[in-house]
Amino acid sequence: MSEPLRFRGGGFVVGPKPMSSCLAGLAIIAIWQGVVSLGLVSPVFLPSPAGIARALGDMALSGQLWRHLGASLQRIGLGFALGSAAGLALGLALGLLSHARAAGLPIVSALFPIPKIALLPLFILWFGIGEPSKVATIALGVFFPMAIATYSGVDQVPRTLIRMAQSFDVPTHAIVAKVILPGALPGILAGVRISASIALILVVAAEMIGAEFGIGAFILTAGNLMRTEDLLAGVCLLSILGLAVGFLVSLAERRLLAWR
Amino acid sequence: MNLIVERISHGYGPLEVLDDISLTVEEGEILAVIGPSGCGKSTLLGILGGLLKASKGRVLTEGAAPSGSLNPITYIFQDFALLPWRSVAGNVGFALEHHALDARERKRRIDEVLAMIGLAEFASALPRQLSGGMRQRVGIARALAVKPAILLLDEPLSALDAQTREILIEEFLALWLAHRTTAVYVTHNLDEALRVADRVCVLSRRPGRIREIVAIDVAREERSVARLAPLRERLWRLIQDEARVADREYV
Repeated sequence: MSEPLRFRGGGFVVGPKPMSSCLAGLAIIAIWQGVVSLGLVSPVFLPSPAGIARALGDMALSGQLWRHLGASLQRIGLGFALGSAAGLALGLALGLLSHARAAGLPIVSALFPIPKIALLPLFILWFGIGEPSKVATIALGVFFPMAIATYSGVDQVPRTLIRMAQSFDVPTHAIVAKVILPGALPGILAGVRISASIALILVVAAEMIGAEFGIGAFILTAGNLMRTEDLLAGVCLLSILGLAVGFLVSLAERRLLAWR
Repeated sequence: MNLIVERISHGYGPLEVLDDISLTVEEGEILAVIGPSGCGKSTLLGILGGLLKASKGRVLTEGAAPSGSLNPITYIFQDFALLPWRSVAGNVGFALEHHALDARERKRRIDEVLAMIGLAEFASALPRQLSGGMRQRVGIARALAVKPAILLLDEPLSALDAQTREILIEEFLALWLAHRTTAVYVTHNLDEALRVADRVCVLSRRPGRIREIVAIDVAREERSVARLAPLRERLWRLIQDEARVADREYV
């Protein structure tokens, strides 16, 4: 007697389903809009998606959007540039030099978990309430994850590539530039991704503590005036900003890490 | 160029790896080094190439490197050691770009070795696009580009499957016969050693000592399985007990 073999493989493969992605997003917005339109909740507590879109449009037209966005971007840009450059340098030192690692790693590990926003009052005492204290907070927040990401990226460069370079008499500075840095780039870019989202958190927090312009200041003011549509418009802006940064990092990864 | 090893011993902390190794690699020969795993073969090769500092003893070179040699002592690595972000030509060029060589001469040398080893049409390919065999061909091309006086091969075929190994051994021998570069060929594979070597240095298990250096007195073109059988038997007798004990040790 013969019997067809019972199939028992398959499953456990998660594939892309773009329709489901779109439908889920649309469904949430539709339900949200419906709940507000039917008057089930007060628009003061939960404004409708249409209302938020209108608020965003008004912001763009009145020029408010660019003023606040510009202020935030400037702080992020400056803080991120300073913090990541310093973090990269320290990370390289931790990765390459025994003494730097022995001296620096315990200190970095101890300071890394401090929520950097807690230091803003101190920075305000040092630098005043203006821009430098906000930039310093962001720079410090970015500095530690960048240092740690760079350090572990350097650590992950295969030893055999370094031995190979040495076996061809490649000078030390060229080994750093042509073997270690490119080899550590995946780790460094992972650090950029994390630090960018930390920078976004810190800029909002810093602006809520004391700023005239900036998305954080805008959200806080809107909240104080019970203008929830504006408030959520600001939140949407942050979400878009976060997505844009993530997209840029992904783009950089695709371009720079095409060899993987 | 001769390579003279004088009473080399080496240890990592309390762990003795090599014990009193003395030998001479003669100009124009391939000396294979075999022994059970963990016997210090790769450590010995690291010392020969100046990548490891021996605890005791010294290594000398004797004679001049051939003209045009940029890197007299040159490695071929087990895991190929290619820069994954560089193309085939870029990887070969990496060995050349830190030497006084104008761009045209560098390009000429790259093209020359790639053509020699059948990689010309893959010059712009990335390592990840290549099979293991092709990657090791890049490793060989890179080594030949610097015109070495002494080649140090660290288990060059161990990461490849048996068929690819067979093909590469033949290609390597053909290339070697054209250049006759002095070479030290570390392997754990008896048959590989019997195919390529003029002499086979058998190391004991850790700490590695020289058990015997066996001359393979069969011309390379006559090395059939049958002709090599007695020598293979003899080498296997030398290493089998050591290998059995080494196999049952904690690493």
